Amino acid sequence: MTAFSLAIPKRWQPASVWLLYVVGLVPAAWYFYLGATDQLGADPVKTFELCLGIWTIRFLILTLAVTPARDLLGWNYLRYRRALGLLTFYYALMHFTVYMVLDQALDIAAVIDDVVKRPFIMFGMGALAMLVPLAITSNNFSIRRLGKNWIWLHRLVYIIGACAALHFALSTKILSLEQYIYVGLIIALILYRSYKPIGRSRKKGQGRARGGRAVASSAS
Amino acid sequence: AALTTVRSKYTVDEKLTPIKDVTTYNNFYEFGLDKGDPAALAGKFKPLPWTIKVDGMVNKPGTFDIEALMKEFPIEERVYRMRCVEAWSMVIPWNGFPLASLLDKVEPQGSAKYVAFETVVRPEEMPGQAGLFQSLNWPYVEGLRMDEARHPLALLAVGLYGETLPNQNGAPVRLVVPWKYGFKGIKSIVRITLTDQQPKNTWQVTNPQEYGFYANVNPAVDHPRWSQATERRIGESGFFGASRHPTLPFNGYADEVASLYDGMDLRVNF
Repeated sequence: MTAFSLAIPKRWQPASVWLLYVVGLVPAAWYFYLGATDQLGADPVKTFELCLGIWTIRFLILTLAVTPARDLLGWNYLRYRRALGLLTFYYALMHFTVYMVLDQALDIAAVIDDVVKRPFIMFGMGALAMLVPLAITSNNFSIRRLGKNWIWLHRLVYIIGACAALHFALSTKILSLEQYIYVGLIIALILYRSYKPIGRSRKKGQGRARGGRAVASSAS
Repeated sequence: AALTTVRSKYTVDEKLTPIKDVTTYNNFYEFGLDKGDPAALAGKFKPLPWTIKVDGMVNKPGTFDIEALMKEFPIEERVYRMRCVEAWSMVIPWNGFPLASLLDKVEPQGSAKYVAFETVVRPEEMPGQAGLFQSLNWPYVEGLRMDEARHPLALLAVGLYGETLPNQNGAPVRLVVPWKYGFKGIKSIVRITLTDQQPKNTWQVTNPQEYGFYANVNPAVDHPRWSQATERRIGESGFFGASRHPTLPFNGYADEVASLYDGMDLRVNF
């Protein structure tokens, strides 16, 4: 079965989650190094800002893809979903920080003006603001404490996905092929979830031995 | 190739953008959407031999060899500010001759009110014009009102930094109208037509809510999706302490060109 051939041996799984954090942060570190050593082209700040934004989108897509990958392909990566979600948050936060500190040079008035006047910035800020409660409640304690409410709260990720897609699509003069692909993936993942009620997919996931254990471990 | 140039009074006293940045950070969608694409993908483009067809409402239409024009008109060096609609800017030493010189040569008729420009279409040499995904409708087209086209600041550039234009900057001949956003500076021109109708310009056709015919640099009229009040000066600072400049009305050329638009509402004619 595909799921087994792709699965990582059990005793390495905790380490593999930490490895995902490390590997996930490599692009940010690498581009920061390139920028700081003047190897990021003519407009290094913008390039760094865009790169952090694109990686935010990539991790968001991976986060949203965990459930459909299990449902449709039998790949169980639930164990990595928290790390992927948090990487999305870290990249969104770095993207915003670069915009605020390096791009706008901490001109708060200009930033506020951007946020209230420009829909594309508004969507981005909205997505980042909604990511904050999800990141704060991503620990096991919150999952236990919030119970059913936790699941409801974390459905915010679909609204975040929609805001992120709008932010990304509206940020350029015309959509590039890359933007069509990423925005299309986000739309597909949101549609998949709205088509497939969450309760049903959870039941189905628990029906499988491995999936069931992963859900249990992240919820206990 | 190196150009022999004469100094021009049209020189802004600001720090030049390094040639490396001018030639590697380009919007030239015929070669791709990424700023680095033109420099990376323009190697196959053959800028010579090259002719420009000038037709429409003129007494002496013709097809002109660019190398002959470069011998006929003195090549001036002009240091202009360049402001992109995306809110970045450069200071570039262009080499070229006034557009008016070429227009005089073909003798525009009294009925000609506008000048339309057209970029070459060569999918085999320009990867952005080939394949399934194409960003704009080709050819790229632009236009100016006759008085704008005849303004001494309107330049047909054939070089920068004393050398003939690199392919990625619009070789062998491009328009430079420094008081307008950069997209008005149509590149690799093959045709100029004088007409009595306001010509279409590619960006206005693509998104009329966001891009107009005039496209004069104007800090008071925001792009619908971003502010035009300030600009990032490319190449001026590195990763840290990137400084923003205030954007000037008509990109700092208001004294020369503001009178062209007397009585016009520049919020409507953006």
